[in-house]
Amino acid sequence: MEARRIAGPFGVSRRQWHATIVAYLFLLPALALLGVFTFYPVAFGTALSLFNYDVISPPRFVGLEHFRALWGDRYFWIAFGNSVKFLLVVPVLQVLSIGLAAAVNRPVRGIRWFRAAYYLPVVTSIVVVGLMWRWLLEQDGVLNFLLMKAGLLHRPIAWLGNPDLALYAVMFVTLWKGLGYYMVIYLAGLQGVPPEFEEAAITDGASRWQVFRWVTLPLLRPSILLASTISAIAALKVFEEVYVMTGGGPMFRTYTMFFYIFDKGFQQLDLGYAAALAVVLAAAVMLLSAVNFRIFRQGGWTYY
Amino acid sequence: MARQGAIVLRYAGLLALAAFTTFPLLWLVSIALRTTGSVFGFPPQILPWPPSLANFATVWSTMPLPRFFLNTVFLAGAGVALNLVLCSLAAYPLARMEFPGRKLVFALLLSTLMLPGHIGLIVNFVTLLRLRLYDTYAGVVLPGAVSVFGIFLLRQAFLTVPQELEDAARIDGASEWTIWWRVMLPVITPALAALALFEFVAVWNSFLWPLIVLNSPEKYPLGVGLLYLSGLFAHNTRAVAAGAVMMTVPIIVVFLFTQRFFMRGLTAGAIR
Repeated sequence: MEARRIAGPFGVSRRQWHATIVAYLFLLPALALLGVFTFYPVAFGTALSLFNYDVISPPRFVGLEHFRALWGDRYFWIAFGNSVKFLLVVPVLQVLSIGLAAAVNRPVRGIRWFRAAYYLPVVTSIVVVGLMWRWLLEQDGVLNFLLMKAGLLHRPIAWLGNPDLALYAVMFVTLWKGLGYYMVIYLAGLQGVPPEFEEAAITDGASRWQVFRWVTLPLLRPSILLASTISAIAALKVFEEVYVMTGGGPMFRTYTMFFYIFDKGFQQLDLGYAAALAVVLAAAVMLLSAVNFRIFRQGGWTYY
Repeated sequence: MARQGAIVLRYAGLLALAAFTTFPLLWLVSIALRTTGSVFGFPPQILPWPPSLANFATVWSTMPLPRFFLNTVFLAGAGVALNLVLCSLAAYPLARMEFPGRKLVFALLLSTLMLPGHIGLIVNFVTLLRLRLYDTYAGVVLPGAVSVFGIFLLRQAFLTVPQELEDAARIDGASEWTIWWRVMLPVITPALAALALFEFVAVWNSFLWPLIVLNSPEKYPLGVGLLYLSGLFAHNTRAVAAGAVMMTVPIIVVFLFTQRFFMRGLTAGAIR
């Protein structure tokens, strides 16, 4: 054993060298794949926004030309506006899923099956979800029938065909599919709240709403930060449900940033411009995450 | 009495919520089971009567659905296998070995959770074109072959393996490779199962990336294939609904048998 203690390069023992090499051999396949398909693309993609590139001819440097073009691009502003509007889904989703988590955070009989039922939309393919809701939301579809039966609607509406409603209809479906996912995040958060806190408040004569508002909710802040950040990023990048349900229409009213990137990059092979769009979207995502962090880390809204 | 009333009320509320989340799926099944009666129009026929499996037969024999199934099974199998092997290899030294650069590798992996992945999409598309992997299964699978979430999940599991087990093997002269394979992996099977499950659901439902990479319909997985069929068979909603049901049933069955993994594992892997 002593013989192997002979110093290798940099004064490190040979044995340590061996251990290091073995460690990196274990890491190598994963790091290589991540390098090619995760790290390199982000760096190269950002650089690509400064070039004209269509795969066929070699890239040509154009500087900030794409960003200047973006500024005057009508479709960019439409897409950007729609993606920002889509953020409306975030607060609604948080409020509803916190409520849902509170409702299933009780050890009543059969609660497991209710949780499962609420989670089903999460594991259902977005294509199935999109098609299904497309049929439900038809002018002569079931949803209109039910709403009219309940007296909430006088005449049937083509939800996805109406330029003023289509985006909100898609947001509703996003909400429906996401509820269960955020419910699980908040459920984990609620189960981390020590019951003594709530009990103490109840003994002090607080009502159930007061306990929830002033004890449970502030303790839930880390979960809210996590869930709202995930959900805001997803909202800005929304694509799949739009692609399946409306194809960006009617009249570009559901055309989002990611849709534009998809069209430019993969349909028209204008990859430089698509990369510029992607960089703008990334900037928006980072800005939003930073804002979110500020609000929920420092707890601004609980002390207004 | 008031107590009982509250319980009834609570269950009524829970049932109403369950109706909201499951009604669309039930309606889908109801469409798929009918051969007569309208899908659209008022009043809609809620129950499929008489129920029939004819649509399933139609969609299975006249549409390339079996092919899509096979493609999906293959893609899911490859995705799960690659992730299990590559993530457990990478997670092992991160959890149980000391070596220079460990912190850096860890930080690098953490950073991917914040990296704007959608920029990468464009470059990955170019990379695949260059490697002549456009319109191939390898092109669909490789970019997702290592999930960073998986590495963190398995690292967490490796950390919990008792040191004595490792020491015992080391005294017997086992190599790191043997320890990883014979000592560690058998102990962390629950975590491996959880990762396999998440990966399976993710690949089964994957849509955007196969849509970008694949060009030939005969290579489509279920999601992309179903959308393609819904365009081709727009007049036959019932058959498309039957296809959608067939795509969803396996996932729901898997989910119902393993729901505790979903309810727990989701947050176990989240890094905060």
